[in-house]
Amino acid sequence: MSTHTPHPDLPPPLINVGLIGWLRTNLFSSWANALLTLVSMYLLYLMIPPLIDWAFIKADWVGDSREACDSGGACWVFVGVRMDQFMYGLYPASEYWRINLAGVLLVALMVPLFIKQFPWKPWLGLFIVVGYPIIVFMLFSGGVFGLEYVETSRWGGLTLTLVLSSVGMAASLPLGILLALGRRSTMPIVKSVSVVFIEFWRGVPLITVLFMSSVMLPLFLPEGTHFDKLLRAMIGIALFQSAYMAEVVRGGLAAIPKGQYEAAQALGLSFWQSTGLIILPQALKMVIPGIVNTFIALFKDTTLVLIIGLFDMLAMIQAGLADPNWLGYAIEGLMFAALVYWIFCFGMSRYSMALERKLHTGHKR
Amino acid sequence: MTDASISTENNAGSDHLMIEMRGVHKWYGQFHVLKDINLRVEKGERIVICGPSGSGKSTMIRCINRLEEHQRGDIIVDGTELTDDVKHIDQIRREVGMVFQHFNLFPHLTVLENCCLAPIWVRKMPRHEAEKAAMEYLEKVKIPEQAKKYPGQLSGGQQQRVAIARSLCMNPSIMLFDEPTSALDPEMIKEVLDTMIELAESGMTMLCVTHEMGFAKTVANRVIFMDGGEIIEQNEPESFFNNPQSDRTKLFLSQILQH
Repeated sequence: MSTHTPHPDLPPPLINVGLIGWLRTNLFSSWANALLTLVSMYLLYLMIPPLIDWAFIKADWVGDSREACDSGGACWVFVGVRMDQFMYGLYPASEYWRINLAGVLLVALMVPLFIKQFPWKPWLGLFIVVGYPIIVFMLFSGGVFGLEYVETSRWGGLTLTLVLSSVGMAASLPLGILLALGRRSTMPIVKSVSVVFIEFWRGVPLITVLFMSSVMLPLFLPEGTHFDKLLRAMIGIALFQSAYMAEVVRGGLAAIPKGQYEAAQALGLSFWQSTGLIILPQALKMVIPGIVNTFIALFKDTTLVLIIGLFDMLAMIQAGLADPNWLGYAIEGLMFAALVYWIFCFGMSRYSMALERKLHTGHKR
Repeated sequence: MTDASISTENNAGSDHLMIEMRGVHKWYGQFHVLKDINLRVEKGERIVICGPSGSGKSTMIRCINRLEEHQRGDIIVDGTELTDDVKHIDQIRREVGMVFQHFNLFPHLTVLENCCLAPIWVRKMPRHEAEKAAMEYLEKVKIPEQAKKYPGQLSGGQQQRVAIARSLCMNPSIMLFDEPTSALDPEMIKEVLDTMIELAESGMTMLCVTHEMGFAKTVANRVIFMDGGEIIEQNEPESFFNNPQSDRTKLFLSQILQH
């Protein structure tokens, strides 16, 4: 009998590893690829240096009027001077602290959620979804505890964007889940109501929904009925997005194998138990990318409230552009808007990826 | 919930009747899957059901815990009649455990959580008690060390043993097995069969759809042969294998025993 001696591991050829290996496989793997690499590099060379030059090197950062902007680059002074309005809209300046307080409070409430051993996470989560919005509403609109009353039409800027989108998200996810379950229900009435609701709201443009809510609805309501414009916009956005959410969630529900339902039934779990404990945790995890996609779309769609006279951040920037003292700084304003939206959307995207990794339990079936 | 008249009536002449099916029919649309099924299973009986695919074996045992609905006839499980009444269905499902061909473990829960879920939510057992009981059953199926793992990290045979433990955690009086070894690699079939044999020795009432004829010979009290939605023949294993009565059974046995 002969004994087998394993070969020792040899290092791979230098040309396949390290920087040279990376360049060869990724940038210069073929003639066509090498050509594309060179063309792209040339285009980047043409675009990036002037952009950096304009946005940073030649830009003006400090000052309080357009006279400070004379170096030919970007005039960030415009953004700086108008920053309060971009953030808080037309909210009275003496009351900005309320909005800041709400922000600080949210961060303080969120911190324990990231601590692994914190025992009351579910309750805290529930408080953030149910209790916190009530606090924010009282804080923002005032009229209680000696706070000055601020009507919702003065809420604006990034604050309004965040209020609208978080209400939209918090309402559309549960509503969407219910609609998705309804659409898959065997009960004919539940099913048809869900189908009609989803198809109606999905078939109408959001602008139409907002217009209808602000212009048409008051015509149908009895004389003198007051129905807050912001509230109407919120309801419109929530219902509109829940229809999209429902279809995303339905995709996840359809992907759960029949055996999961049968195993849950065979163990004696009721419909709501098996839905809540077995089906939804798996279905929602599968459609996290779709849910976040809808959230990001919702976040950006909130800018449409501009057309019914609510002043979100983009509307405040546009108002700033019309200021005779600051004519001609549209690029700076819009780039700032783009940057802020991008930061939030990118944040959501990264969070969803982290969540997917965290919830992955290495299984199929 | 227990219908006393039925239990006493059926107790006459037998130890204790666990399952009774009387004239059960079922259709899938136009297709007549079960035709006049009559079956009595006594407490502690171990029954193996075999037959060609599409013969209605799985459908028959799935009717017992209402995964399939029968359209005509009566099914009475441990004194409770299976009707549209949700309370009766829940009552029966609590008493009847089921093991599936594809295990159907819950992939997002650990092995221990899989086992504890139903006792906690259906039997309203306190969590620590449910976990203690689950660990005992996991030891019985010889995989306590996998309790904290997810099903996706286990082999097929281990998953099926977890599925058996999960059913046992509900403390059922009847266990249904729907081709429990058909999706397993040959090497893993034995570990699952061993677990089932142990369960049989403990006196559990078992109905098992399987093609493992060795298992049928060693464990079953009775072998049932089905074809075309009917029970063609039923007998003790020895007479069933050595002296089959119908031609259809002979043909089936010759086909599966040849290899």
